[in-house]
Parts: sequence; C-alpha cells; structure tokens
Amino acid sequence: MATEAQSAAGSQDTATEGGVRRRDFLNVAAVSFAGVGAVAAVAPLLVQMAPPADVLALATTEVDISKIQPGQAIKTSWRKQPVFIRNLTPAEIKAANAVPLSELRDPQSLADRTKPGKANWLITLGVCTHLGCVPLGAGEGENRGPYGGYFCPCHGSAYDTAARIRSGPAPLNLQVPEYSFISPTTVQIGGGKGK
Amino acid sequence: MSFSWAKAYEPKHPFMRWMDERLPLPRLVYGAIGGGYPVPRNLNYWWNFGVLAGIFLTIQIVTGIVLAMWYFASADHAFTSVEHIMRDVNAGWLIRYAHMNGASFFFIVTYIHIFRGLFYGSYKAPRELVWMLGLVIYLLMMATAFMGYVLPWGQMSYWGAQVITGFFSAFPLVGEPIRVWLLGGYAPDQAALSRFFSLHYLLPFVIAAVVVLHIWALHIPGSGNPTGVDVKDERDTLPFHPFYTAKDGWFAAAFLGLYAIVTYYAPNYLGHPDNYIPANPLATPAHIVPEWYFWPFYAILRSFTVDFIFPAKLWGVLAMFLSILLLFFLPWLDKSPVRSGSYRPVFKRFFWLLVADVVILGYIGGAPISPARVAIGQIAAAYYFLHFLVILPLVSRFETPLPLPASITDSVLHGEKAEAAPAGQKPRHGSVATAAAE
Repeated sequence: MATEAQSAAGSQDTATEGGVRRRDFLNVAAVSFAGVGAVAAVAPLLVQMAPPADVLALATTEVDISKIQPGQAIKTSWRKQPVFIRNLTPAEIKAANAVPLSELRDPQSLADRTKPGKANWLITLGVCTHLGCVPLGAGEGENRGPYGGYFCPCHGSAYDTAARIRSGPAPLNLQVPEYSFISPTTVQIGGGKGK
Repeated sequence: MSFSWAKAYEPKHPFMRWMDERLPLPRLVYGAIGGGYPVPRNLNYWWNFGVLAGIFLTIQIVTGIVLAMWYFASADHAFTSVEHIMRDVNAGWLIRYAHMNGASFFFIVTYIHIFRGLFYGSYKAPRELVWMLGLVIYLLMMATAFMGYVLPWGQMSYWGAQVITGFFSAFPLVGEPIRVWLLGGYAPDQAALSRFFSLHYLLPFVIAAVVVLHIWALHIPGSGNPTGVDVKDERDTLPFHPFYTAKDGWFAAAFLGLYAIVTYYAPNYLGHPDNYIPANPLATPAHIVPEWYFWPFYAILRSFTVDFIFPAKLWGVLAMFLSILLLFFLPWLDKSPVRSGSYRPVFKRFFWLLVADVVILGYIGGAPISPARVAIGQIAAAYYFLHFLVILPLVSRFETPLPLPASITDSVLHGEKAEAAPAGQKPRHGSVATAAAE
C-alpha cells in the first residue's frame, strides 16, 4: 500500500516492513472506539427485554394463612407463578421426617424446607421441576400421588409430604421461594424487608 | 459497476469463492459500498447526508421494533403503555427518546440531502429517477412520521390525526366519505389507531425497499460531485472503500454526537408538551401545530383564506400537495445544462432565496396565527411556487454560467498539494496522485 512517495515523505507515518505504522494504530483505535460505541448502543436494546419495574414491583405477595386448617392447602400466585401453601398434619410431618435423606434424589430434610418452629407450614412453588406443569394435590380431592404430597399429571412426577421428588422424571424438589412470616398469620412471599 | 476501471470483486478465501459461485451477495456489497464502487474524489461534506439518512432509517427501524414490543395500539391503553415504556421498562425512556428525536434527525439530514440535490443539480440527467425515487422516499417518510406521531394518543396525536385526515374532506363530494373511510369512523378512534400502527410498522420497510432502488439508480451513472462535471477517467475517482467509508464513518460519528446531545439533554425540545396530555376528543389544544418538519407545508395550507371558485380550504390542500408534486417535474423545469450551482451565479442567489423562503414558511407554519403572519406566509408561499414555476425556467434559459473546470482532477488541484504535504515540508510533485493510487 505504501507508495514510494509516502515512505519517502513520512518518517513515522510509514515504517519498516511488517512493522506497525502510526496509521495502523489510528485505524485500530478508531474502529475499536466505534466498536465500543456500538456495543454501548446495543445495551439498552438488550436490557429492555428484562422485566420492567412494574413487574418487579409485584415481586412480593402477602398471604393471610389464618384460615388454612391442618391438612389443607391453598394455591396463590407470586410473580404470576402458582404457590402452594400447605398446613401439614402431624402425621404428614412424621412421614416426611421418617424418610432417610440417603433415599432422596434431592436430599433435603423437612426442616431445611420450612422455617424454625413453623414446620407445619410448607410453602413451595406449584411448578413441577420437570417441565413446569402445575402438580395436583393442593386442591380438595385432587390426586396427591403415591407419596401423599403432590402429583404432576403431565409426566407422572410424584412428590412426598415435604414436596420432595420421590419418583418420576423431575430432578429436584418443588422449589421453596424466599418468604418470611411478617405476623403469625401473614406470610410475605418474595424478597425484601417486609414491614 | 459504472466505470470500466471499477475493481472487480476477487474472493480470496475458498469459502468466499464457493459463496460467490452460488449467491454473489458479497460481490453485490463490494460493488455497491465497497472498493468496487468508484466515487468522484472531490465530494464535499454535503455528500455525507445520504449515508446519514440511511443510518437514521436503521435507527428508527431498530428502536421502533423494540417500542412495538411494549406498545399497545389501543385507544384505552396506548397513552399509558407509552408512559409505562418511559417509567418502568428498562432503558425504555432512552429507546423512546431515541425514536422520537431519531424522526426529527432523519428529517434534518433528509432536508439537507434534498437541498444538496437542489443546489448541485442532482436531479438533472442522467439522475432524474434518482431524484424522483428520493421524493417517493420523502413522501413515505412524511406518511410514516405522521402516523407515528398519532400512536402515543396524546392531545397533539389525536388532534393531528383529526386535522390531517380533515385535509381530505376539502375535496367536494368524495372528500368526506374518504375521510370517514380513512379513519374507520367519524373521528379518530380505535380503528384509526390500529390501522395507523399497522402502517407505521409497514412503511419503514417499504422505505428501505425504495432506498435500494434509489441507490441502484444512483449507481448506474455513479455519484454526482460538486463541480457537476462528469467523471472522465480513473484519476477523477476513488474507491468507496476505504476512502468514503472512512469519511462517512467519522462524519456519522460526529453527527450522531449531536443527535445524542439532543436525545439526552433536550429530548422534548422538538416535541409539544400537549402530547403528554391524554387524548381528549372533546377539547382541542389552544395552539395546534404539526411537528416542525411539516411546518413549511402547514404554512402553505394556511395561506389560502379567500374562497375563489372553490373554497379556500380546497385551494390550501391542493397547494400543499402541489408544493411537493411539482418537485417531480424539476428535471424539466430547470433546463440549464450546467448541474452545479457553484458555476451558476444567478441560480445560486435564487437558491439561497429559496432556502430563506422555506425557513420563513417554516417559522410561519409553527407560529400562532396573526394577520401579519398570514400575510407574510402568503407572500412566502407565492414565492415558493414562483421560484419553481417561473424563476427557475427563466434563469436556466438566460443565465451565462461560469467556465467549468476541464475535469474533476483539475478542479481539485489548486493548493491541495501543499495542504496534503506534511506540516513544514514542501509539497512533493505528484503527491495527490500517488495518495490516490491505492
């Protein structure tokens, strides 16, 4: 590219064979700068896909649990996902604690999945960890499966009384969302400080 | 490929050779905006605005696609969905402001591009179709911009839709039925909003298609240049890449800087506060004007105040449409064989008078009506038509142009050698020519 006239005229502008000329540096610098600008310009186009502020504002849900009798469960909704809140009976608690952890696909004790002193309150997402169906068992008279917890009708995953996976294709226990008791009868599902 | 010395595409990588034999897309790009398109070497900065218009079309399409992901074309929810974009969606404020101001900047660069064409005679043979396709793009832009401005469904959106569609009601007998048909109702409502949204999404892609034709038609004779003298041999041209990609690249960066400053620091400067009030079909804003890029035409529309055979309203609408349609006949109104205004002493003066006239029309179109302003607008509107229909044909017949340079290369060789030499050194013989040789 460098002609004789140019190489004769410029001392630093042109350079030795195979060396980096000042112009090469300018080229790389200018194109890199434009590249950084292009990436910066693309960023808002990508972040706009993330949940907007009004969706994030729904990230916590308060639920009154005073009406749930032992043995009953309710379905509620958090971030547009179903949540199961179950008041376990003493027999269900006992059944859950009787299972050795080594037998479990996703080893967790009931205590790991509940709050201290609130072992009867089992709060999980109602989303099967296989492919996202809503398992049966929270509603009155629904099939609770061979382990007495929840049963997913889509591909036959069965969960026990602590909502742990016991058989079927699902890999993990029903997920326990972040939650806290903000009063003895009110639960806040989702992060944040509460009241 | 317009000139015999245009470099042919030679794929080097085996994959590119394989590709070239099957789908020669890289060959097309190389010939259109690569090293295979020879461009006159003397282009000045006014020639940068075509590429910039393409950049702004791209920005509008990209930001518009994103906005359509969040926008609801619903008379009940359109306004709130726009506010939702502004307040809740991540970077939504930036994307919407970029789209709003992108429209204004698209028009700024297009107007500069059009006046560049007017001054340098870019509409003359053999580029008449380039000019006319450009006007088609401009008309499509105006339709797209108008419908886009309706979408936020604020007060100005709503009443803009009411007024613009009202133009059609000026035509006797068929006018009112046409207006109702366009709106899908007796006033702008859901039906109008939905169809405007649909067309607002469609038209930019139609524009992109006409841009392809515009560039295709341009590349048959090749780009014009500030002297208006035809390219004679290889010394008159430079390959588009890297010479004009570099120049267009740096100028685009500089101009986009201006766009960014307005978008970030004065995003509503070019808009109307009234459009942040939700549409109210029962109350018209006190001072209703279109966006700034329509002001000159709005002034022409308002200049007709007296009924003469037909109602004044019809004259206003006809004049407004004609003010653009007559530009299609420009190649035959200006018969001067000299293209560039630089060599046309009389034409040059009238050109700048026209620029001033359009600026005055723009001011009048955007300002509240007063008797004095109407009078000024009438004079300015009359002059606009006078310029194209009387002055231009007469000037092109009687003017004595200045002597043209023998060639493009000749025209640039007056001191540039000294400028091109490194600081403090004497110009070297032939340095310009050697810099051009690859």
